[in-house]
Amino acid sequence: MRPTRFKNPQAEDGQFQLRLIVAYCFMLLMFGILIARFVWLQVYQYEHFSTLAQNNRISLLPILPNRGLIMDRNGVILAQNYSAYTLELVPSKMPDMNATIAELAKLVNITPRDEKLFKKLLGESKDFESIPLKVKLSEEEAARVAANAWRYPGVEVKARLFRDYPYKELTSHVLGYIGRINQKDQERLDDEDKSTNYKGSNYIGKTGLEAVYEDDLHGQVGFEEVETDSGGRAIRSLRRTPPVNGNNLKLALDIRLQEVADKLFGNRRGALVAIDPQTGGVLAFLSKPGFDPNLFIDGIDSQSWAALNSDWQKPMINRALRGTYPPGSTFKPFMSMAALETHSIGMHDVRPAPAFFTLPGSSHQFRDSNKNGNGSANLAKAIQVSSDTFFYKLAWDMGIDKIAPTVGQFGLGRPTGIDLDGEASGVLPTKEWKAKRFARYKEEYRRWYPADVVSIGIGQGFNSYTPLQMANAVAILANDGVAYKPHLVQEVVEAKSGKSRLVEARPDRTLPFKQENFEYVKTAMQSVMKPGGTAWRLGIGLPYTMAGKTGTAQVVAIKQGAKYNASALAEQYRDHSWFVAFAPVDKPRIAVAVIVENAGFGAAAAAPIARGLFDYYMTGKVPGSISGDMKTMPMDTADDSAATSD
Amino acid sequence: MTLQPHLIRRLWLAIKAPLDGPLMLFLGLIFALSLVVLYSANNQGLDKIDNKLVYTLLSLTIMWLLARSRPQSIMNFAPPIYGIGVVLLLAVHFKGVTVNGSTRWLELGITRIQPSEIMKIALPMMLAWFFQKYELSMRWWHYLVAAVMIAIPCALVLKQPDLGTTMLIAASGFFVLFFVGLPWKVILGGMVAAGACMPVVWNMLHDYQRRRVMTMIDPMEDPLGAGYHIIQSMIAIGSGGPWGKGWLNGTQTHLDYIPERTTDFIFAVYSEEFGLVGNVVLVFLYTLVLSRAMLITAGAQTLYGRAMAGAITLSFFVYAFVNMGMVAGILPVVGVPLPFVSYGGTATVTLFVGMGMLMSIGNARR
Repeated sequence: MRPTRFKNPQAEDGQFQLRLIVAYCFMLLMFGILIARFVWLQVYQYEHFSTLAQNNRISLLPILPNRGLIMDRNGVILAQNYSAYTLELVPSKMPDMNATIAELAKLVNITPRDEKLFKKLLGESKDFESIPLKVKLSEEEAARVAANAWRYPGVEVKARLFRDYPYKELTSHVLGYIGRINQKDQERLDDEDKSTNYKGSNYIGKTGLEAVYEDDLHGQVGFEEVETDSGGRAIRSLRRTPPVNGNNLKLALDIRLQEVADKLFGNRRGALVAIDPQTGGVLAFLSKPGFDPNLFIDGIDSQSWAALNSDWQKPMINRALRGTYPPGSTFKPFMSMAALETHSIGMHDVRPAPAFFTLPGSSHQFRDSNKNGNGSANLAKAIQVSSDTFFYKLAWDMGIDKIAPTVGQFGLGRPTGIDLDGEASGVLPTKEWKAKRFARYKEEYRRWYPADVVSIGIGQGFNSYTPLQMANAVAILANDGVAYKPHLVQEVVEAKSGKSRLVEARPDRTLPFKQENFEYVKTAMQSVMKPGGTAWRLGIGLPYTMAGKTGTAQVVAIKQGAKYNASALAEQYRDHSWFVAFAPVDKPRIAVAVIVENAGFGAAAAAPIARGLFDYYMTGKVPGSISGDMKTMPMDTADDSAATSD
Repeated sequence: MTLQPHLIRRLWLAIKAPLDGPLMLFLGLIFALSLVVLYSANNQGLDKIDNKLVYTLLSLTIMWLLARSRPQSIMNFAPPIYGIGVVLLLAVHFKGVTVNGSTRWLELGITRIQPSEIMKIALPMMLAWFFQKYELSMRWWHYLVAAVMIAIPCALVLKQPDLGTTMLIAASGFFVLFFVGLPWKVILGGMVAAGACMPVVWNMLHDYQRRRVMTMIDPMEDPLGAGYHIIQSMIAIGSGGPWGKGWLNGTQTHLDYIPERTTDFIFAVYSEEFGLVGNVVLVFLYTLVLSRAMLITAGAQTLYGRAMAGAITLSFFVYAFVNMGMVAGILPVVGVPLPFVSYGGTATVTLFVGMGMLMSIGNARR
């Protein structure tokens, strides 16, 4: 049954036919344009394209830029490139790879490790890519292979630049390392439209500064248009666009200071971060133990990888950046700032500092680290002797809402924004934080108990910060609240023009606290280094002024009534030793946070490291105990000799 | 028991009955040509030819089934197919597989599907169904509803991001509107407005899409990166000259200079080896297919038939034109295969489904 039409079917049909004709003519017109294009390309431009195809042909060869160097504040090279020969194979051009490898083994020494690494890379690469079988050939080996290369299609000897980190473990957690571009890197480069710039590149920054400053360090690829014969050999160069080498990085870090810190640590585990409070420049950044980043550049072999991973000391973890620890008593200066700023205590108020503290209506004893207590004290004295009971009571009186906001101003509990990836944020405990952290637990776990604040007052409880955050917080305190964002890289220097881009030393923010409160807490910290203070031994013979605070972070809770006995605990459960300090007191040039894992009291392990570090930084003298082990050249003497030879 | 000659004859007639003779002839010629090119493009390997024969046979079966169905019965499937298509596109959006930065595929355990491919047919079907249903009570706002129907899949495909397919889907939708009688004023107004919107659209494009457009304008600007494909395929076409270098003799092809030479850039291979003469022959064959399709469209009785047949015909034209235009360097590089020639199963199925529907519409007038 056909529907009744109210419109005029003839007119509508006519409309439709007209449109069909229009569409048809449009199609013919477009095809006509296409044919015209073909005529232009294949008749008028035939000679031109024919030449291009015939000479074939013109190929574009990428020219790799040199990766930028990384140097310390005095120009000492921390990451460099050196040229060496590699033996590379292109699987797609090889008729029988295993046979060829066996033949090549007669010419050069191919170890099982080389072969294993090659197999691994083979699995990750495309067939037409050139894969290194052996890197760093000797001159003789290179010559031997090159002379025989014609017999083995797909075998090439190439001169290439290699990355080298001469200071190995010392810089591993700062520089990170580069590695071969893998599938994931390639996808990211495609996404970011950078794959053209990586034509011919095999390496990319994987971690640390090498990754963060990848764009600067890599540079711009160049290319050469060459005419090749049918065998693919270049005959002559037609046009060359030179590459732009990567920019060099100049760090705020002083490698010699870094080595002093490293040697002072010895074989102990932990982290150290030293910051120039007046610029935010990171002077030393150490996570112990480190690892040799050179192992990763051409893909790490499985044995070394397994060794690094199964090491109970976890050398791959960047403790300074990602390790979070309760700060222990090093928290007290910040706690004191909070107390003074919220008028919870007066500067001269004297309060009891007994052997233990109990909450009203409870028998639980919060013990003091001094088993006899300290009698009574004002705030400054409580910092000097590190009275726990004084701060228990203070925290109990203040409550978390008066503590967290002030302490948070020092950057604790959030990333500092340093130029490294993967920074941990730590925990600045608040009621909201607890509710969120334990959201999936029962109400009784989520609720904030008034007692929660007591142990927070001495830097225990939920408190958890990175050594970097502690160093940054101390730097801000030392600088009277003028805060800089900590940064490792001070200058990015263009390789060609020498033009440099400074990382600006601009205050990030200024804390709105009273100058007299800063003075008070800093003076109290200075008294820690004086007779009666917890680190008085380390204040003996100071040729400059120094302020500090010891800390001991509990790893396990000690049962009520039991005594902490280091020798009875397995090493991993012993307390961490903390020390934060700055010097000189008037116009601080260096602020530091040191943690030595499972090493006991702050004054015993961490504080001597800080003192030795400061001695070197302030006076240029390497502490006697380690002076024999130093490998880096002292910069000042090098300068002196240059001056005398003039 | 042996097959009787008359039985074979009857079977042959039964198979032949729903098929359109001229269309089958022209498509067969293009197909034969495509096998010849594929053999060369695949460096004389037979593996891809085998695969192509298999999926073409499968596609032909689907086409035959569609050709012997009544257009009305096919039409009734429009809403569910469109609905499923949209749901699959949403699934891609949330759960799709990302390759080279765009999320176009859906992992179905054994195989991957590309739902945007379904939309190339589902959208015009849906629109044609919609206008057929409201043919007698059509008001201006029906066009607005249709615009929304076009916008939904387009937005989802654009998000993947896949600008090429988005434009093809949008075009197929527009062709339906064109044939159901969208007023000329609106069409011309739309063109002017589209021209005016160009700067805005330009800003919304992804960087890589912008670069493709820039590459088309000046391929030498980035000869190592985005311009590489275009430069090499233009050298292939140009060096083919009037008569071509001869089958299996294309140097560009056999020295690995042409990327994607069995799929999107297969036309460069053909053009290098068969020259201008070959190009003219191929374009002529496409014109014959289009002319026949146009005739079928002209004879369609219902609004659905006209709109659908017209949209299929014009879409087919767009695929052919865009692919050849892209390889010849007059259009930006978008992932559109050359109809019936490029190697690839999904696109072939879609094309034959379109042809099946066209034949079904053609059969309905008899």
